[in-house]
Amino acid sequence: MKNKCKISFPHIGNYNIAIELLMKLGLECEYVETPPITKKTLELGTKYSPDFVCTPFKYQLGGYIEAIEAGANTLIQIGGPCRLGYYGELHEQILKDLGYDIHFVNMADADFAKPITFYNEFKKINPKLNLKKVSTTLLLAVKVIDAIDKVEDYIRENVGFEKKDGEFEQVHKDFLMELKTIRNKKELKQTEKKYYSRLKNIEIEKPKKPLQVGFIGEYYTIMDPYSNHHMEKELAKKGIVIKRWMNITNSFFHAPEKQIKKSIKDYAKYDMGATSMYTIKCALDYAKEGLDGIIHVKSFGCTPEIDSMPVLQRISEDFKIPIIYFSFDSQTSDVGITTRIEAFYDMIMMRKEKKR
Amino acid sequence: MKIGIPRAFLYYKYHVLWETFFEELGIEYIVSPQTNKKMIAEGSVYSIDEACLPHKIFLGHVDYLIDKCDYIFVPRIATLGGTKDIVCSRFQAIYDIVRNTFRDRNIKILYYSIDILNKDTEFKAFLKMGKFLGKNKAQIIKAYYIAKQAEKTNKLLDLKEQEKNLESKKLKILVVAHPYNIYDAYIGKPIIKTLKEFDCIPILACCTDTKKAIQEAKIISHTLPWTFNKELVGAIGLYKDQVDGIILVSAFPCGPDALVNEMILRRLKDKPMITLILDGQEGTAGMETRIESFIDIIRIKEEKEHEKQM
Repeated sequence: MKNKCKISFPHIGNYNIAIELLMKLGLECEYVETPPITKKTLELGTKYSPDFVCTPFKYQLGGYIEAIEAGANTLIQIGGPCRLGYYGELHEQILKDLGYDIHFVNMADADFAKPITFYNEFKKINPKLNLKKVSTTLLLAVKVIDAIDKVEDYIRENVGFEKKDGEFEQVHKDFLMELKTIRNKKELKQTEKKYYSRLKNIEIEKPKKPLQVGFIGEYYTIMDPYSNHHMEKELAKKGIVIKRWMNITNSFFHAPEKQIKKSIKDYAKYDMGATSMYTIKCALDYAKEGLDGIIHVKSFGCTPEIDSMPVLQRISEDFKIPIIYFSFDSQTSDVGITTRIEAFYDMIMMRKEKKR
Repeated sequence: MKIGIPRAFLYYKYHVLWETFFEELGIEYIVSPQTNKKMIAEGSVYSIDEACLPHKIFLGHVDYLIDKCDYIFVPRIATLGGTKDIVCSRFQAIYDIVRNTFRDRNIKILYYSIDILNKDTEFKAFLKMGKFLGKNKAQIIKAYYIAKQAEKTNKLLDLKEQEKNLESKKLKILVVAHPYNIYDAYIGKPIIKTLKEFDCIPILACCTDTKKAIQEAKIISHTLPWTFNKELVGAIGLYKDQVDGIILVSAFPCGPDALVNEMILRRLKDKPMITLILDGQEGTAGMETRIESFIDIIRIKEEKEHEKQM
C-alpha cells in the first residue's frame, strides 16, 4: 500500500480497546478510534444499508464511514457465525460504491478451522509482521477483554445501589482510559488491582433481597449499550441487580458446547444457530435460580433469536418467570422502551410483594 | 402409521426424494394441500411476529396436519459442507421451533438431521430415520438409492424443460427466488401466472445445475456462505446472458436475501432488474402493476435498440 496504514474497527461495547492494543502493539500500526456511536452513526448507516438488514450492520457501516472521515484508511470486519459472516463483503462493496478508497480486511476470508489463515489476513495489514509479537499481544488482548468483562459484571450488579449518583460510572470511565495505556501483563494486573479497590470503596446500600433481572439476547445488541438504548443503566436506576452471562469472555472461553447442549436438551434438541443456544441456556439458568424476570433483546429480524423465542415462551410457562422481548431497529424510540420497562418493573415488583 | 408432510419450506426442494423414499418403504403419507389464506392466518397466530412469511406458512401447514396423521415430518439441515456452506439458521432450528410451538398439542415429529460439517450426511440421516420407521438396513439403503435416482431424473427433466424455454423467441424473465417462495400457490405462483399473461417466458433460477451454479456464485461473491443463495446467485451468472430481465423475489423479512439481493443489485448492472417483496398481503394488483411496467420498459428499450441497428 502507498499510504501509511491507519487502521480502525467499529465499536462493540468497549472491546475496541483490546483491538486497539492488538493493532498498536502487535501489528505496530497506527490506530484511529472510531468516533463514539451517536444518532448520526445510525442515520448514516441506515441511509446506505439494504432495507431489512439487521441493525448491527447499520451501526457498523455508519461507524466505518465516521472512521474514514476521522482519517482511517484500513478497516476490519471480524465476521461471525450468522449473517455477520457476510457483512464484510457487502460493507466493502457499499463503501467502495460510495467512492471511498480504503483497504478492507475481511476476516470472513479466513477459515476458523485453519488458524494460519488469520495470520495471512493480519499479514495483509502489515507485511513485516512479527509472529511472536502478535501472539503475545493477542494473549494480552484476551486478558484485557477478560478484565473489561469482570469489571463490568461487578458494576452491573451494584451500580443500582450506589449512594452517590455516578460514582461507578466515573470509575468505569477512568478504568477504560487507563486500559488504553497499558503495555504488558504486569501493567494490566496493577491497573486491575487499583480499580478493584476503587470499586470496592464505593459506598452502596443494597437491600437484602433486591429485584434481580436476567439480561439475554443477541450478541451485538446485548453487548453494545447504545444499541440496546442503555437498557442496563435504565434498569439499574430502578434498583435492580442485572445478571448477564453473555460477553466475549464467556461466549468464547467458558462455553462448553456439549455441556450446554445437555443442559437445555428438554427444550432444544439441536443447536438453533448463532447465539440461540446461549440465550436458551441463560434463560433456563435464570429461571432455575428464581430471578424476578428476564429481558430478551435483539435487533429486528435476527433469525436465530426469533427462533429461540418459542423456546423462551415455554421456559417462561414452566418456571412462571416473566420474560419481556425487545426488538431494536433504526426507528425504535426511547420513549416506547422506557414505558415498557416501567410496566415490566411494576409487574415484577408486584409479583415479588405478592410472594411475600 | 401415517406421515404428514407439510407442503412448505424444504418440501419444494426435496419432495421427490421424500415421497419416493416413503413409497419404497411402503409407508403411508399425506401432503398438506396448497397454501391458502386460512393457513397463512393460522401460521401467523403460531409464529413470532417478526418471523419470515415462509416460516408462518410452514407452521400453518403443520397446524393443518395435526390430528390428520400420526407423525409430522420436520427434517432439519444445519450445514451442507464446510463453514462456508451453511443454510439459513431457520432450517437448523425448525425442528425445535415446531416442537416448542406445538408442545401443548402433543404432536409427534418424524425428522432427520443433516450436518455435513459434523459428519451427519444425508445417507446417514435417512438410514437413521428408516430404522426409526422400523425397517431393516437393506430395505432402507435400497429405498434411499431409488429415491436418489428419482430425484436426479426429476431434476434432469426440469432442466430439459428450462433449456427448451431458454430457446423461446419470446421475452424471457429470470425469476430469482427460493423454491418455497416461487412454487407456493399463494405467494409465488401468481408471479409466474402474471408473467405468462404478459406473454413472457419465466425462467426459474432455482432450476439449475447445482454444482455449476455454486462454482459460478464464487466468482460473483466469494464469501457468500448460504448454499441455497449460492445456487440462486450462480444461476443468475449462468442465465443472465440468455434472458431479457431479472426479477428478485424475496419473502419479508428474509435474512440472507436482505444482504444477497443488495449485493446482486450492486454487482450485476448489465440487466434490467427489480425486486419484489412477498409479504402475504391479499391482492395481487400491486405486484401485477410492477411486473407490467417492468416488462413495458424492457420492451421499449429493446425496440429502441432494434431501431438503432436498422
